[in-house]
Amino acid sequence: MMEKIQSIWNRFTSSRLCWPLAALFFVLLFNFFFTKDFFTIEMKDGHFYGVTIDVLNRAAPLMLLAIGMTLVIATKGIDISVGSMIAISGAVAASLIGGKLEYVDGVKTLVTLVPMPVAIFTALLVTTLLGMWNGLLISKVGIQPIVATLILLVAGRGIAQLITQGQIITVYYKPFQFIGTGYIFGLPFSLFIVGLVFGITFYAVRKTALGMFIESIGINAVASRFAGINVSKYIFSAYAFSGLCAGLAGLIICSNVSSADGNNAGLFIELDAILAVSLGGNSLDGGRFSLVGSLIGALVIQSITTTIYALGVPPEITLVVKSVVVIVICLLQSANFRKIVFSKWAQKRGIPGEKNAAKL
Amino acid sequence: MKKMQLSYKYINLMITVVLFFALFAAGSVLYNGFFSTQVLLNMLIDNAFLIITAIGMTFVLIIGGIDISVGSVIALVCMLSAYLLEIQHLSAIIVIPLMLLMGFLFGLVQGSFIHFFTIQPFIVTLAGMFLARGLCYVISIDTIMITNPFYQFVATYRIPLPFGNFISISVIIALVLVLAALYLSNYTKFGRAVYAIGGNAQSAMLMGLPVGRTKVLVYGLSGFCSALSGVVFSFYMLSGYGLHAMGLEMDAIASAVIGGTPLTGGVGFVTGTLFGVLIQGVIQTLIMFQGTLSSWWTKIAVAFLLCLFIVLQRIVVFRKERTKSIS
Amino acid sequence: MDDAYFLLKAKGICKAFPGVKALNNVEFELKPGEIHCLMGENGAGKSTLIKVLTGVDPLDAGDIFLDGKAIAPKSPHHAQQLGISTVYQEVNLCANLSVAENIFIGREPLRFGSIDWKEMNRRSQELLAKLSLGIDVTQPLERYSVAIQQMVAIARALDISAKVLILDEPTSSLDAQEVEKLFGLMRKLKKQGLGIIFVTHFIEQVYAVSDKITILRNGELVGSYETVNLPRVQLIAKMIGKAFDGFESSCKTLKLDILQESRNNFLRVRGLGHKGSIHPFDLDISKGEVLGLVGLLGSGRTEVARTIFGIDKADSGEIAIEGQTVTIQNPADAIQHGLAYCSENRKTEGIIENLSVRENIILALQAKVGWMKYIPKKRQDEISKKYIELLNIKTAGPEQLIKNLSGGNQQKVILARWLLTEPKLLILDEPTRGIDVGAKVEIQKLILSLAETGMSVVFISSELDESVRCSSRMAVLRDRVKIAEISGDEMEEKYIMQTIAGV
Repeated sequence: MMEKIQSIWNRFTSSRLCWPLAALFFVLLFNFFFTKDFFTIEMKDGHFYGVTIDVLNRAAPLMLLAIGMTLVIATKGIDISVGSMIAISGAVAASLIGGKLEYVDGVKTLVTLVPMPVAIFTALLVTTLLGMWNGLLISKVGIQPIVATLILLVAGRGIAQLITQGQIITVYYKPFQFIGTGYIFGLPFSLFIVGLVFGITFYAVRKTALGMFIESIGINAVASRFAGINVSKYIFSAYAFSGLCAGLAGLIICSNVSSADGNNAGLFIELDAILAVSLGGNSLDGGRFSLVGSLIGALVIQSITTTIYALGVPPEITLVVKSVVVIVICLLQSANFRKIVFSKWAQKRGIPGEKNAAKL
Repeated sequence: MKKMQLSYKYINLMITVVLFFALFAAGSVLYNGFFSTQVLLNMLIDNAFLIITAIGMTFVLIIGGIDISVGSVIALVCMLSAYLLEIQHLSAIIVIPLMLLMGFLFGLVQGSFIHFFTIQPFIVTLAGMFLARGLCYVISIDTIMITNPFYQFVATYRIPLPFGNFISISVIIALVLVLAALYLSNYTKFGRAVYAIGGNAQSAMLMGLPVGRTKVLVYGLSGFCSALSGVVFSFYMLSGYGLHAMGLEMDAIASAVIGGTPLTGGVGFVTGTLFGVLIQGVIQTLIMFQGTLSSWWTKIAVAFLLCLFIVLQRIVVFRKERTKSIS
Repeated sequence: MDDAYFLLKAKGICKAFPGVKALNNVEFELKPGEIHCLMGENGAGKSTLIKVLTGVDPLDAGDIFLDGKAIAPKSPHHAQQLGISTVYQEVNLCANLSVAENIFIGREPLRFGSIDWKEMNRRSQELLAKLSLGIDVTQPLERYSVAIQQMVAIARALDISAKVLILDEPTSSLDAQEVEKLFGLMRKLKKQGLGIIFVTHFIEQVYAVSDKITILRNGELVGSYETVNLPRVQLIAKMIGKAFDGFESSCKTLKLDILQESRNNFLRVRGLGHKGSIHPFDLDISKGEVLGLVGLLGSGRTEVARTIFGIDKADSGEIAIEGQTVTIQNPADAIQHGLAYCSENRKTEGIIENLSVRENIILALQAKVGWMKYIPKKRQDEISKKYIELLNIKTAGPEQLIKNLSGGNQQKVILARWLLTEPKLLILDEPTRGIDVGAKVEIQKLILSLAETGMSVVFISSELDESVRCSSRMAVLRDRVKIAEISGDEMEEKYIMQTIAGV
């Protein structure tokens, strides 16, 4: 009997998505009992409304970041500059679009400085280039990822403020707001962006050899190079891609609040993104990764935030809850912790065999 | 050749010191009134809290870890002292030791998680950062002004120096800590164990060094330094607010790196960190004197320096590897 | 001294890991003033025995006596305090600290509560002088070679009043001179009454230095023998547990066949060099030829391979493959041109430890065809199963993580990885290092049969007899310069050694 439970338990815990799913499950379970109308979804004006939809919508930027961050972390790297890149992306887009109210032939019209697609393209180009800068420092110059991206983290907000001249730029141009607040088929538009990016990325890493190469690089970069993998190319690309994701996330955030704030846009979101990846069951030591896990991680973080809002607790308390969640998840992921707890538990039951098994 | 080999570790430190004086000289040439002892001392006064934090950070970096909770701990100390002093009307004599103890314990707990459960320092201190910041808001969402007479006194008191110069009490605290840290890192078993563990933790353990204890204590030390820095910061700001010392952890890390402490562990200089902070001070002062440049240029300049130093460190390491492969 | 007196005595040692009985009722006895070799194939239980003696792993049953007193070491540090010190192959010191600190860290001389650097440096200098090592003790340890680092480690061990010194494969990364120096030191310590346990894979060294040999096999004690009374062939027979098959003769005939065919030039290297690692050299390799690269460690053997394979980008010279000049900037280029390189550092440059056997096998082929053309999963499975069978790789299946395999089997997986790319030239750098005798023979046989199919092989080995057996021609290196080529009748050990030594 004991052994059967043990084997089921082992199979469950060894599954990659077990802990992220369990975390999401508990958050949702909590909401099921304690938050009113958490799972209710209504149709209004042809749009779906409800707390869950809201969670998905708000989690969109984080999910995008988490996708990019997953790949970066899988190469045994880290990108702590994504928050700054979000600020830059928003600043570029907002200052290019501008959006002044002007009277053209006596009619109130919104005029953009440059066409919106150009502005969006430029913003994405800028963050991708910044990602490439990170990638260059890391893959070619050989600087530690956390140090290399620290440079942009420090400089990024300065650059963003430089672009906006220290002002908060408001975007009045309506079509731009669609990115963050629009709906297609009754669902938030941002979700389609996430879906698209996820789909392409997932296809690229699982249906081509890209995923295996990235994992291989993350586990042993030297051996990977010896096996003929162009290591620096892939590492470089991972950071460039992370920059692109940050750019997209920046556009969504900027469009959502219709303004670009060089100081506060995406502040500390890099930590959330890393947390999402980690919650998703991905080791920060690189190697094996799961994109789905990271998305679940991002959803867990957003659900917690939303739950706290819904409970009417001051939103700043989110930080405390987040810290507790981080610790709990990390403890559960920590083999040492499981070993200590498990062997104590086994000792109490007096099962000698288990004690030895736990020691492994 | 041998001479150059001897000093490869100190190259960064030397460049930092030279650069500091060069920047100061440049300022003196460009701007009237820049060249004065008081401008120099003001850098210390304005950055005393950063010096204190950065020193704790230096030890953490030497042992091969990282502590990004320091900024939040400072905020929490400010907030909690303000709360205890103003709302609970406790005496400063109780509050200050209590804060230091709290910071130390906070660090110890983080260190224990890192060591005993082998969770990455980045993640543990990330949680610590969220926790401390969040606790600030649990205490109060708004600013609490500190009107405690002792704090007011310390905040405004200026210790006179010859030639009409002055420094604050915080500067004395910071400089004493620098000296203590110098002694700790070079002349105590604990200090050398930190270097050893940063160099190779596995070997350090096999050589019988108390790896776990040292690691946990280093985080405790960093927590203590942050708390001390928080106390100094509350002298400086005379308020508790949840957004205090936002992003200070990055400034502290930047100071250490600019001062020649790489993030790879095993190497680091307390003096270097001091100059790392002062260089940031010089840049701030230069921008202040220049007058038309906005404050965000400081960030860009610091980032530029950071970049420069990191690349430089990389080149030094690269050369070292090269000479090794030849010899 | 009484003959029955033992410095260290282990009785009835048992140690089991789940699924494996690592040590079963093993006895071990060490006299003072004795150099005692511990021999056995991989998995025989050598390292487990050492781990038990030094307190890394607790034992399940049995007793350890040191100087007649029962001891139970709880950790390596505890064992050291009791008098059992270990020096490992990878030096376990802190390279960033000074030599003196490495000797004294954790027990620094204090003066008024703070570290007395002067005293520490003085005492270190004295200690090292006793071992005839006159180096600057204030310099960081990383400045010195591995051999000196090991001696520093020994100095540290001695100063902590070691009675028993365990040397765990200390010679693997030393060159002949350094080994001799280490042996000199060992003999010196032996005279002082120290007991030394010496673990090595090099049979020559066993006979050069040891007094006694204890052989383990599959966790059981085979026996303890006086070194002088145990011929080499018997030692090997006892280690692998069977009589030595007629490997040598079978190789000889194979080699003759190859020689007759090897006339078509495959690779032509002219003036290829890399500053700081290898002086410009010429090299020709024919189809179906096994070219041995011999020389001392650090003579440039590995560097020749690395430069040809594009790991170190050549800064002079050119490479022509089948008459066509090619540019090789990195390993990926080399692979495209039909080269393959099996590194000497299996752990750090070979295996991807958290990937499965399957992924490890297909990695190079996948890299060769590019990331876009993903090899279908089914095909991957077939390939890996085929190679597991072909090379007799012992694994639970293709999905097993490679880190769970033994050294020899990991090596075979790496071989499979390269064979799969169908290379025209396979460079093998110490393919048999650190793996057991049985697997060694298999790999040697494989090399010869590959050459028979027309593949060119560059074979690097520090074991001369192995090189002689496998190669059809040899290039000799000394001090990063290619100094000679040897073929035909000249290929016998004595002449080669003379060439290497430059006599």
